[in-house]
Amino acid sequence: MSTHAPADTAHAHDDHDSHGHAAHDSHGHGHELSFFQKYVFSTDHKVIGIQFLITTLLMLMVGGALALGVRWQLAYRFSTMPIVGQLVFANEGGQISPEFYTMLFTMHATVMIFLVIIPILAGAFGNFLIPLMIGADDMAFPTLNMLSYWFMWPAIFFFGLSFFVEGGASSGGWTNYPPLSAIRAAAPGSQDGQTLWLIGVTFIGVSSMMGSVNYMTTIINMRAPGMTLFRMPMTIWAMFITAILQAFALPVLTAAGFMILADRTIGTCFFIPGGLTVNNTPTTVGGGQALLWQHLFWFYSHPAVYIMLLPAMGMVSDMLSCFSRKPLFGYKPMVYSIAAIAGLGFIVWGHHMFISGMNPALGMTFMISTMMIALPSAVKTFNWLGTMWGGNIQFTTPMINSIAFVSMFVVGGLSGIFMAAVPVDIYIHDTYFIVAHFHYVLFGATLFGCFGAIHYWFPKMWGRMMNETAGKIHFVISFIAFNFTFFPMHFLGAAGMPRRLADPYNYPYLEHLLPLNQFMTWSAIVMGFAQFILLANFFLSIKYGKRVGRNPWNANGLEWTAPSPPGHGNFDILPVVYRGPYEYATPNLDVDYFPQTQYVPVEQRVNVAHGH
Amino acid sequence: MSPWLIILSLGSAAVLLAGALTKKFWPAFFGLSAVATVGISVLAPSYRWWLPGGAQSPMGTEIDDLFYMILIITTVTYIAVHVVLITALIKFSGKPGVKASFSHGSHALEVVWTIVPAAILLFISLYQIDVWMRFRNFATFNRHSRENPVAEVTARQFEWRIRYPAPGKKLMQKPQPDDLYTVNDLHVPFGEPVVIQLRSEDVLHSFFLPHLRIKQDAVPGAIIPVQFQANFEGEQELVCAELCGWGHYKMRGQLTAQRKSEFDKYLRDLQARQSDDGVSGGRAAAVVTQATPKAENHP
Ligand code: HEM
Ligand SMILES: [Cu+2]
Ligand SMILES: [Cu+2]
Repeated sequence: MSTHAPADTAHAHDDHDSHGHAAHDSHGHGHELSFFQKYVFSTDHKVIGIQFLITTLLMLMVGGALALGVRWQLAYRFSTMPIVGQLVFANEGGQISPEFYTMLFTMHATVMIFLVIIPILAGAFGNFLIPLMIGADDMAFPTLNMLSYWFMWPAIFFFGLSFFVEGGASSGGWTNYPPLSAIRAAAPGSQDGQTLWLIGVTFIGVSSMMGSVNYMTTIINMRAPGMTLFRMPMTIWAMFITAILQAFALPVLTAAGFMILADRTIGTCFFIPGGLTVNNTPTTVGGGQALLWQHLFWFYSHPAVYIMLLPAMGMVSDMLSCFSRKPLFGYKPMVYSIAAIAGLGFIVWGHHMFISGMNPALGMTFMISTMMIALPSAVKTFNWLGTMWGGNIQFTTPMINSIAFVSMFVVGGLSGIFMAAVPVDIYIHDTYFIVAHFHYVLFGATLFGCFGAIHYWFPKMWGRMMNETAGKIHFVISFIAFNFTFFPMHFLGAAGMPRRLADPYNYPYLEHLLPLNQFMTWSAIVMGFAQFILLANFFLSIKYGKRVGRNPWNANGLEWTAPSPPGHGNFDILPVVYRGPYEYATPNLDVDYFPQTQYVPVEQRVNVAHGH
Repeated sequence: MSPWLIILSLGSAAVLLAGALTKKFWPAFFGLSAVATVGISVLAPSYRWWLPGGAQSPMGTEIDDLFYMILIITTVTYIAVHVVLITALIKFSGKPGVKASFSHGSHALEVVWTIVPAAILLFISLYQIDVWMRFRNFATFNRHSRENPVAEVTARQFEWRIRYPAPGKKLMQKPQPDDLYTVNDLHVPFGEPVVIQLRSEDVLHSFFLPHLRIKQDAVPGAIIPVQFQANFEGEQELVCAELCGWGHYKMRGQLTAQRKSEFDKYLRDLQARQSDDGVSGGRAAAVVTQATPKAENHP
């Protein structure tokens, strides 16, 4: 039995499935949950995970729409937008005004980072997978968990509201450097929109912090018998280390957010130097430091970019091993490199500030630490290649997305080296080269990893498969359109095109880049619309997908021994763990997978030891 | 459309078709994407999707050299990784009844692929420190230009204000009555290192000379000396590279590099124009201060 047509393999546990729920119901909890408790204010980690997933997928479409606005302007500056223009920008004759352009890219990044990437990884997959993969019945603090989801909504509300207040939404870029963001007169978006942005980000911070505390506690305390640290799947390791990162980095952002809020509302001047005359308003007094914010912001946000990556690395490791039908190559080096990335991640923040005017010696140390952080990333890449090498690769939808992850991550990692080289960064800082870099790591790697993970764990969420053909079509279109949209950004950056310009062609040396930008915009539009395939596949499969048993992929992890979908409390038979999660292709067995819970009697092990 | 692009597209279609027919669609797909990535990068300069010409300053030339060095290292890495990846996809794509090899890793390999990249990265780091220090460490600046900055450039929403000392005088931190002012129009002598004092009057901006590969943020509350040397005679763009508000995109200036003698003449003309009150033939320095009330705000 070593073919792995998804879905229809018989597994020893499958016969439990038909009464998976029944079994659960009969050991009932003595009370009936109301609809609200079950699906809305649920404390069940699976429901919360799915709530996060659906919310972030919808936010992905919102963030994507904002991005298309940005792209439209870059291709057809100040021209009337078809259809949307008349609806949204009726006042400006259907055009994007320069101030609205700044709001578009600010809110695009804000939505994508704070409402999509961070919550889809930690919120959706973290919640859904952690208890299932370590053999726990729920999170350590279920109520806190529920709150962590619901704290996202005030943020969504405030970000949304900010578009309708006077001056419009925040327009200082997602980095929101003061004084631009600290002085109300500095930009239209620096009025109430900026305050709402800060409040929204604070809510997201609280939400993440509640998740982080929960994940750490759960992973430390609630692992099933036999689930030692070094038997944990990479997903769990990644979630664990991400939670630690978050716990240490987030307070800094939250504090800095309050400081800027104080600057804006009660007249402090942490970030506002004296003697500035902004937009003909009275000269500022006080002796704040504009660069202080950058230090505080990046002290959070650099670790945060790894918060936006590590969980995807973990999930991709699991998928690559499963679909190569081969143990993960170098499990421990993989764990150590995640830890190294996390550790180094705290001492590289200055690479975002090389040309900010900070002390040149500081720039040098940040350069060396930044170069060094590329090392564990390289080690991980090589180990993924090692995992596939010698495997028996199944090109399922999760697998092709995972391969894309590896390939795209290589591009993003290598472009990082250009920018880590300080002299080169003098030139490419704040150009489209940076934009290319982080889209390759955040979209090319993380988001493709998430696409894979959605297809991979969907059967566990709903007991049904997503459609493979639709999954592959979605992948092919997204992958090609992604590269068409973002790879040329390296060229734009090399050509010296700065980011965040409402009209780059105002500079003659950039005029010839217009046709390329138009091509990229059309690719982006295709990419955006391709996501409807994913959404349709996701929502239709909930109802119409092919029914499957517990372990459609013949995978080893604990989550695959629970019923699909798992009932409240997850496992009908409490799992006991005998080995790590990657024992695919073991010579001891006839099948090529070896679940973590599968007990092998002593005689059989002896036989094997004597060569069978 | 260039013939190359047509060949590239037709070739791609052929590869994918062949892949599909031999049940190797995915290896073909990923292989093609890697080949196309390298291919388009090779073609890019011919469309001018590339550095805007050779660097026109000595520092810029060094930056370009570093850029190309890193480009070579990363390209080799990219190709090597993808050759391995695609080979693995082709060689080990799933066959029914075959079991993967049972291996958990290799200590020797881990050591090799940790040490080799570490050495390369360390090499890149150390190799470039020198260029960085010469860009940013004021002590390494040319002594004469450091002590005699040509101008003070003050960024404000959304323009560059430039203040030169009067001919024969030194630039003072505090504006002097006989200082000369222009907006968005920076002149410097070419062929020699010059230093400007960069500052901001309101929010962050960034002084970016793309053709010279020079960039430095203008930070409110700070005065940052920037050294560069124009190796050309003529005009180039001065760009604001740090988001500074809604009008960021139009904060465009111009750098004119000219012969030293012409530069001096330019300053003299500027002086004549500026102190011309139409009556006294050029001594009314007070007019200048009145014309630039902003100057009083400087600390
Ligand atoms: C392989 C190692 C990496 C290196 C050496 C590296 C290096 C850098 C450097 C030097 C910058 C600043 C460039 C500038 O603004 O001038 C930067 C920006 C950025 N990087 Fe990376 N990076 C790496 C990996 C990653 C990863 C894995 C992620 C995310 C998952 C990431 C996300 C970002 C983001 C979001 C920015 C830009 C933020 C902004 O300015 O808006 N990077 N990277
Ligand atoms: Cu960073
Ligand atoms: Cu600007």
